[in-house]
Amino acid sequence: MEQVFFFYFAIVIAAAAVLVVAVRNPIYSALSLLIMFFHVAGLYVTLHAEFLAAVQIIVYAGAILVLYLFVVMLLNLRRDDRYHRQWPMAAAVGVTLVIEAIVLTAMKGWTAPVVAAGTETTVGGAGNAEAIGDVLYTTYLFPFEVASVILLVAMIGAIILAKKDVGGNAPQL
Amino acid sequence: MTIPLSYYLVLSGIVFLTGVVGVLLRRNIIIILLSIELMLNATNINFVAFSQYFHDIAGQVFVFFTLTVAAAEVAVGLAIIIALYRAKSTINIDELQLLKW
Repeated sequence: MEQVFFFYFAIVIAAAAVLVVAVRNPIYSALSLLIMFFHVAGLYVTLHAEFLAAVQIIVYAGAILVLYLFVVMLLNLRRDDRYHRQWPMAAAVGVTLVIEAIVLTAMKGWTAPVVAAGTETTVGGAGNAEAIGDVLYTTYLFPFEVASVILLVAMIGAIILAKKDVGGNAPQL
Repeated sequence: MTIPLSYYLVLSGIVFLTGVVGVLLRRNIIIILLSIELMLNATNINFVAFSQYFHDIAGQVFVFFTLTVAAAEVAVGLAIIIALYRAKSTINIDELQLLKW
């Protein structure tokens, strides 16, 4: 049963990821990314990370993707969007990474990593959010504050960048 | 029946590879940003899978930080795209070659 769920989510995630890159219309790309986000959230549920699944849907599907769709429709791109001319470059990088993955997967004698004796244990179900909050506000308090500073800087930067009259001489839309 | 860790790593590798190819292959800047989101999601899958495998919840905490960076990247990136479109009336990266030597 677990495997059925995993393979369903994995196949849909992989197919949606390919569609994001392959489809020409940016709106269809964004919508297939939406499908992928939902299935990644489902995968998180099978991994007993229920809180992250909820956050994935709320932040990624709810906020980030809406922002993308907003910009796509705001710019209203009508011209045909063909692929880039650097096929050889993309093929070289892609084939190299695929070969590396195959070699690493098929390499004999590799051992599964030892299960470390982590101080904190993963908690599934309703206690998941509590466990994450417990670690986030004690051990990772400083990174948490840094993350809030990053968000503040991004907010100010986005407002200043997208403001209409930067310096008073920017051409109008 | 439990799923081996390597299955999650292979899935994450596929998604990440798709993102890399998308960044290299597409000309629309918005699609390039979407491909970067694909790569960030691939790392998130890795983090959560390892967190479950090692029984350490720190992996799930780091997904939060990835998410924060992704949100900041989207906000700044889309603002840059809007400013660029105002200045150049295009978001095709072949026509944006001001810095090309």
